[in-house]
Amino acid sequence: SSSDSFRRWLCVQLQYPHVTVIRGYLSAAASLQSSAPKMAELGAGSLLTGDPAFNYQEHELNERLKRLYPAVNEEETPLPRSWSPKDKYSYIGLSQNNLRVHYKGHGKNHKDAASVRATHPIPAACGIYYFEVKIVSKGRDGYMGIGLSAQGVNMNRLPGWDKHSYGYHGDDGHSFCSSGTGQPYGPTFTTGDVIGCCVNLINNTCFYTKNGHSLGVAFTDLPPNLYPTVGLQTPGEIVDANFGQQPFVFDIEDYMSEWRAKIHSMIARFPIGERLGDWQSVLQNMVSSYLVHHGYCATAMAFSRATETMIQEDQTSIKNRQRIQKLVLAGRVGEAIDATQQLYPGLLEHNPNLLFMLKCRQFVEMVNGTDSEVRCFSVHSPKSQDSYPGSPNLSPRHGATNAHVHNTGADSPTCSNGVTPTNKNKSHNKYTGVSSASSSPSSSPSSVNYSESNSTDSTKSQPHSATSNQETSDSEMEIEAEHYSNGVTESSTRIMNGTYKHQEILQADDSSVDDSCSSRQLCGGNQAATERMIQFGRELQALSEQLCRQYGKNATHKKMLQDAFSLLAYSDPWNCPVGQQLDPMQREAICSALNSAILESQNLPKQPPLMLALGQATECVQLMARVRSGSCSFARVDNFLH
Amino acid sequence: MCVCNVLKHEVTFIVVPNDCIDALVCLGWKSFPLFPGLKLPWTSELQCLRRWEAGLCSPSRDFHRQLATEVTATSRHYVDRLFDPDPQNVLQGVIDMKNAVIGNNKQKANLIVLGAVPRLLYLLQQSSSSLELRTECAVVLGSLAMGTENNIKSLVDCHIIPALLQGLLCSDLIFIEACLRCLRTIFISPVTPVQLLYTDPTVIPHIMSLLSRSQHTQEYITQIFAHCCKTPEHQMVLFNHGAIQNIAPLLISPSYKVRMQALKCFSVLAYENAQVSMTLVNVLVDGEQLSQVFARMMQRDKPIEMQLTAAKCLTYMCRAGAIRTDDNCIILKTLPCLVRMCSKERLLEERVEGAETLAFLMEPDIELQRIASVTDHLVSMLADYFKYPSSVSAITDIKRLDHDLKHAHELRQAAFKLYASLGSNDEDIRKKITETENMMDRIVSGLSESSIKVRLAAVRCLHSLSRSVQQLRTSFHDHAVWKPLMKLLQNAPDEVLVMASSTLCNLLLEFSPSKEPILESGVIELLCSLTQSDSPALRVNGIWALMNMAFQADQKVKVEIVRALGTEQLFRLLSDPDTNVLMKTLGLLRNLLSTRPHIDQIMSSHGKQIMQAVTLILEGEHSIEVKEQTLCILANIADGNTAKELIMTNDDMLQKIKYYMGHSNVKLQLAATFCISNLIWNEEDGSQERQDKLREMGFVDILHKLTQASDPSLCDRAKTAMQQYLA
Repeated sequence: SSSDSFRRWLCVQLQYPHVTVIRGYLSAAASLQSSAPKMAELGAGSLLTGDPAFNYQEHELNERLKRLYPAVNEEETPLPRSWSPKDKYSYIGLSQNNLRVHYKGHGKNHKDAASVRATHPIPAACGIYYFEVKIVSKGRDGYMGIGLSAQGVNMNRLPGWDKHSYGYHGDDGHSFCSSGTGQPYGPTFTTGDVIGCCVNLINNTCFYTKNGHSLGVAFTDLPPNLYPTVGLQTPGEIVDANFGQQPFVFDIEDYMSEWRAKIHSMIARFPIGERLGDWQSVLQNMVSSYLVHHGYCATAMAFSRATETMIQEDQTSIKNRQRIQKLVLAGRVGEAIDATQQLYPGLLEHNPNLLFMLKCRQFVEMVNGTDSEVRCFSVHSPKSQDSYPGSPNLSPRHGATNAHVHNTGADSPTCSNGVTPTNKNKSHNKYTGVSSASSSPSSSPSSVNYSESNSTDSTKSQPHSATSNQETSDSEMEIEAEHYSNGVTESSTRIMNGTYKHQEILQADDSSVDDSCSSRQLCGGNQAATERMIQFGRELQALSEQLCRQYGKNATHKKMLQDAFSLLAYSDPWNCPVGQQLDPMQREAICSALNSAILESQNLPKQPPLMLALGQATECVQLMARVRSGSCSFARVDNFLH
Repeated sequence: MCVCNVLKHEVTFIVVPNDCIDALVCLGWKSFPLFPGLKLPWTSELQCLRRWEAGLCSPSRDFHRQLATEVTATSRHYVDRLFDPDPQNVLQGVIDMKNAVIGNNKQKANLIVLGAVPRLLYLLQQSSSSLELRTECAVVLGSLAMGTENNIKSLVDCHIIPALLQGLLCSDLIFIEACLRCLRTIFISPVTPVQLLYTDPTVIPHIMSLLSRSQHTQEYITQIFAHCCKTPEHQMVLFNHGAIQNIAPLLISPSYKVRMQALKCFSVLAYENAQVSMTLVNVLVDGEQLSQVFARMMQRDKPIEMQLTAAKCLTYMCRAGAIRTDDNCIILKTLPCLVRMCSKERLLEERVEGAETLAFLMEPDIELQRIASVTDHLVSMLADYFKYPSSVSAITDIKRLDHDLKHAHELRQAAFKLYASLGSNDEDIRKKITETENMMDRIVSGLSESSIKVRLAAVRCLHSLSRSVQQLRTSFHDHAVWKPLMKLLQNAPDEVLVMASSTLCNLLLEFSPSKEPILESGVIELLCSLTQSDSPALRVNGIWALMNMAFQADQKVKVEIVRALGTEQLFRLLSDPDTNVLMKTLGLLRNLLSTRPHIDQIMSSHGKQIMQAVTLILEGEHSIEVKEQTLCILANIADGNTAKELIMTNDDMLQKIKYYMGHSNVKLQLAATFCISNLIWNEEDGSQERQDKLREMGFVDILHKLTQASDPSLCDRAKTAMQQYLA
């Protein structure tokens, strides 16, 4: 289900190309998400065998493969984990979870040779791939070949004899490079020896190892998509494969580390020529524009002062954008639409798709009980607070690595805005349980707001301690309250919530993540609010039909609407197949879409160059994997994000 | 800022000597004008230097011109100011001088010629001088040392070393660092006699105590030690003053330079030193065994220099017996690391060092040789060592040609050494080596190269391969290796002679087809002269070769050997203090005394002396092997027709034989019995008389007793002898 909603999310991204930069992070996030179900799948498979040792081995295998080939996306390109029972000659017998190969033919002459391929070809994103084969028994003559072959190569042969087939043979120690005659290569091998085969997908070479010792390059100019292959030819020959189930005899990780260092130094030494002097200012502009884009106003000002760089956008404009973004992230999409229309008249009219997206989101938020149009009916409901701790962060997310990036990176804007880091950490820690699945430093956007409001409208921050009448307080103020509730000032949370204690909120949130919670109800459980939502739904339907008439059918819109309405079909929308929509994290995409649209309308870049560069780099690395450039394995973007 | 990087560029730019950046770093980038006259704020200079260092630009032309004009005009002036009565002016003068000499070799030479050094040393040593002045003096001296080798020589001649060592007694860290830095620069120069570090016994312990002062002192001191530990005595001095305990913690220093220099210290300390090596294996650094620390330093993503030096440390520890050769850290880490160092990707220097270290590591261990021989195509990888200078480099790139030429000899000798080590035990590996492209031709031409190092290594390689019967019969003969070998023997230093003559021994084995042509080339005289050498190894090889030559040789050859050697020399060798020499001489005698006509002929002319020598040995304190060999000679004599009588008429000798027949050692009993058996052999003239005489002397009883011996061959031998009586 998680991948479903991810796909949907991705649709949104693809429809709005201005947010494509984030795709890089998305797929990283996807790999994070997908790893869990995959494990479950494998777990299910092993349950059938009911063998705890096997279970353990599977676990070891997964751990080792993940560590050795972190760049491989197994959804796209699965790694070989065993021999294929389908892709083998009939004289080959498999056992021990398809890892042991034995010969069961007559073995009279070379016409009785038989091979088996692994289940999958070696993905280029491995960078460096390695497997080992232990000779359990050399059988009658020990005519064993270990190597690689492409799909479709005749299996009634030993590896190496045919085109696109490569092998190292035990009886004579020769290497066979797509030819019936071998070249002297290494020592012979026999019972008890462990032979390893390493494919270097960076320079497309291959070397073998014997009992942990590298024998040197055997083949060069290898074609892509080769399968690990073994071939046997005489009775009694038995070999066991190790695709990572066990520790390797040869220290492959040491070899990999050499290539990682090589690639990294290649990157570090990449000539920038005469542009060295410009380098600094390019970097400064990137940082500055990033801060401006996301509305870190004070930080951006401080940064521009220190580096003497110019900021194109004026301060009010930045603050306006910031306010609208915060509204979206708080789930108050209706207010965000109003504010946008007021501050940027004509913007949404010219972007009907964006408006539709916003409205759809507004509907979702109504279901969630967070939009102000339904919130006004349930002012005193604890629901109004629910989403805040889990509210997405204003700063963009970086996929799999983002927790790491945030913890360090988020400090600077916060600090410059006057909140001490320790304070921030405190609030962060407090909510780790709540926000584990989504953004961790949830206080970051609000803390920005905190300092600003402190300096600009400190008088306005007074009322909320007395009353929590949301209708009268303006959005700015409301967001401040939100900030307090995020734990920077615990006492104010209590005052605002009146009867609710902090712990209770925490508990409610905790359970909401795990299982359905009785306290979480449609539109905050308010009848009037529900009616308003239904009405809004009809308006939304009408808007969709109008757009359809005006611009023609739009499958994306239809799907979006369908998904949003589907929420009503379930008694517990939070725990249903489309429930992912209610995740506050989902607000980020629309938030950044709106932000970009505003910037574009002001003739400013719709995305920060820093993100563009980062996204570009990430995309590049992924593209490298697809075009089979193995070095992508050691040039991952997250290696360089500290 | 990476100084090494700068150094590399300086070689190419020449104008600026080594100390420029180094000094700046040391002085913490004080804001003095770095390039006098260039009116730039120091940050721009820094930037300029950084760009230069990164290889992005060469120093500007202005900068060059500035340096050139500065040199001659002001040198005199700088020196004069050192003698100014006002100490403040002197200080300023030294500071100006410092700025003037940085990056300016000509200025340095001028100042030295004008006598600045003694004055600077005087100021440095004067306790009345301010600390600042003394420090600046040390910095300037350090700067001067960074110049040419001639500069270093001049400084050393002015007794700078004791002055600086004295300076280390001061308590001020900045001053100590300046002194150490200067000392470091002087001691790492090849022209400085390292012994100067050890003249005063209090110096080493004091320097050792300075290790804890700062990262700079650590770097300089370890670098000094690494360069000044050249003999076992040096090793022991450093070891006894706690070098290991003091330096071990530096292996995990945050500074790469300190880690690297500490590592180098251990490699020179452990080299062929069992005591150091044994201590090293038990040292813990941060709870980790030192061998583990070294193994980690060999990881493939570490700098090559570090991998190589760590592999050296482990190699030396292994060769000293502190680590077993089958230890995983040797088999799976050190050996593959050293093989990698031989690969084409490495620098020529690294390849030389890698190959030499690897050769040393596996020399005594056949298993390591076998593993290395299949690792990463090492045998064919080494063939590439002979391809320098390559034909490409000669045409395209003069600089590269120069570089290649410089390393070509080193590469060749390293490859020969490694081949020698690889092939020293295993027949299959030897075959693989000789089958490498043009291998025998390369050895043959290596034997006559001008470089003695290459000649020696080539002959070592040949010697290693000559242990193969198959190669002796085939490739050695095909390539007539004996010819250059003989040439090499004509006049060569002892170390080459030892190897060459040792190889010759193998070439003279009876199944070697080279034996005949060698004999014809008049080798006997040469070998006889070797037996007169002072070196026991040469005496052994000489006599050994003669022994091999005499084996189943013609009468003519044997006569020639006896003539050329002379009985006097022969008997001198029989009393040689070296057992090996004695054994081979006896072997020669035995080979000479084979087949009846030869025995009789030689005994008729030299019988008296030989019998005397035999008596002497049998009466003397010798090992069983020597006595056995002697009894065998006696048995051979007993086989002669006329020679027999020399024994039969010598009752004393017969008593001796009798004694050895009853000896507790079976080998001696066997040899003695063999002798008697020859004397009583039936079919020969006078056998009856001999049998009677020996029976009278009680030999029959002994023989009878021996037929009951537990040793089957002795028993058989005795029975055969007894049958002579029965027939």
